[in-house]
Amino acid sequence: MQEQCKTQSCSQHGCGVCCTHISHISVKRGNHQILKDVNLHIHCGELTAIIGSNGAGKSTLLKAILGELPHSGEITYLEVRDQIVKRPVIGYVPQKLDFDMSAPISVCDIFAASLFKAPVWWKRSKASRQRVLDNLKRVQAEHLIDRKLGVLSGGELQRVLLALALDPIPNILLLDEPVSGIDHNGLKLFYEIVASLRQAYDLSIILVSHDLPLVAKYADRVAFLNHRTIECCGTPREVFGSQEVRKLFQMDF
Amino acid sequence: MYRKRVHVQEVSTCKRRVYMSGWYNLIEWLIPFEWAKYNFMKNALLGVLLVTPMFGLVGTMVVNNKMAFFSDALGHSALTGIALGVILGIGNPIWSMLGFSIFLTLAIIKVKGANTASIDTIIGVFSSTAVALGIVILSFRGGFAKYASYLIGDLLSITPEDLVLVGITFFIVILIWIIAYNKIFLVSLNISLAKSRGINVHLWEYAFALMIAFIVTLSIKWVGTLIISSMLVLPAAAARNIASNTKQYTVLSVTIALFSGISGLILSYFLGSAAGATIVLILGLIFALTYFTKIILSGAK
Repeated sequence: MQEQCKTQSCSQHGCGVCCTHISHISVKRGNHQILKDVNLHIHCGELTAIIGSNGAGKSTLLKAILGELPHSGEITYLEVRDQIVKRPVIGYVPQKLDFDMSAPISVCDIFAASLFKAPVWWKRSKASRQRVLDNLKRVQAEHLIDRKLGVLSGGELQRVLLALALDPIPNILLLDEPVSGIDHNGLKLFYEIVASLRQAYDLSIILVSHDLPLVAKYADRVAFLNHRTIECCGTPREVFGSQEVRKLFQMDF
Repeated sequence: MYRKRVHVQEVSTCKRRVYMSGWYNLIEWLIPFEWAKYNFMKNALLGVLLVTPMFGLVGTMVVNNKMAFFSDALGHSALTGIALGVILGIGNPIWSMLGFSIFLTLAIIKVKGANTASIDTIIGVFSSTAVALGIVILSFRGGFAKYASYLIGDLLSITPEDLVLVGITFFIVILIWIIAYNKIFLVSLNISLAKSRGINVHLWEYAFALMIAFIVTLSIKWVGTLIISSMLVLPAAAARNIASNTKQYTVLSVTIALFSGISGLILSYFLGSAAGATIVLILGLIFALTYFTKIILSGAK
């Protein structure tokens, strides 16, 4: 099944589609090999979920794609008509933020820091506030604009960070889902929003996920990360049909 | 040649005197009170007007980044800087202090990057070793009393020359706060997020830490090593009790710092107390005030 992942090229997948090639990515930390020869092709308009046990290297793979960790191998971004994008825009939704809950940071502040030249503590124009509102509208979160980050629920914070990652519209969107702290309804809403945005903006999405039933429902493709590499990859039906995956996750659905 | 240089020097002091006398006259006109008649008070007032807003601004980020302990370590290690200056025979200890605090900052960030121990432990190890080294050198043959003034500082010892240096730092800090605040802000939220936005994380991490090192070291002489980090942390800590976004946080922190600075200076004149400590005491009171305001407000909701 690994072969299938490698050979499925863009052209087979309806031509004129942009895509991302992740080829032969390996990550070492000291003498410890964390990822070994990871290959993955991602097409735009597709939601690819990465699953695997804790510590399998899922977040590491995202950090390698982000360029935060040194790695061997190559990542290329192809636009329509196979043109290589030299400086791709990467949208990233982190697992968590490193602020303490009492910090006086509003939702609008983190948008202002990322999108505008004027310092966050300066007065904001009506137009820039409108842009933040438009961004939040995409994830059904306009009402949160003046809230403090510390009072948001896990699901609300995740949606806000998703909205942030979508301006500007990225070549590839990386979502690192928190292990805990989000209730089931919040998580379901998040998946629904991601799935609808994928179609609306023709996004390439990689989602590190811990919720298999939701992955089965919303992902277009699933990559199973095990033993430091992607062991199998395909449609949810294919991957969840594999004996090894079923055994590891003790699946009964 | 020598004569010429003396001449140039005279001209420049002369100019400075003209410049300072403008400030002195302005103060006398604005504040017709007895305490404002002395030149040392006028210098101290200008010092407070430059230093406290800087502390208020930078403090907001120090508290957000949980770097209070780091600034404390920098303050304490100034003793080591002075000691090194004595050994190397450097006339003005400010240079050896700056040199050592820059070294300490770089060392702490480097070791932190290696991820071998928690940041608290790393700072603790560096700070206490540095302080011990400084005290051993300075107290060698029982001469520590000479340097005791650095422990509590003397705000009234500010000279016009010091003010020039503080003025330059003030403008650099304001400039960084305008052009780089957003970047430093994002780095403090999440490093990977900042990286995905194309921000050079390492550059700004270093730049911000070095900026703290500069401000702390420059102010040691007037504030004293014992309470310098309170000057940095308290205005922001008080402001965050009642602020709900970054703009309010910044404005409140600077206002609180300025208010405490000016009122502390005046109060210390009448009490004959150390100005730095008096300012910190007022800051502490304001913190208590905002803390209870927060509790009352959240109780009312």
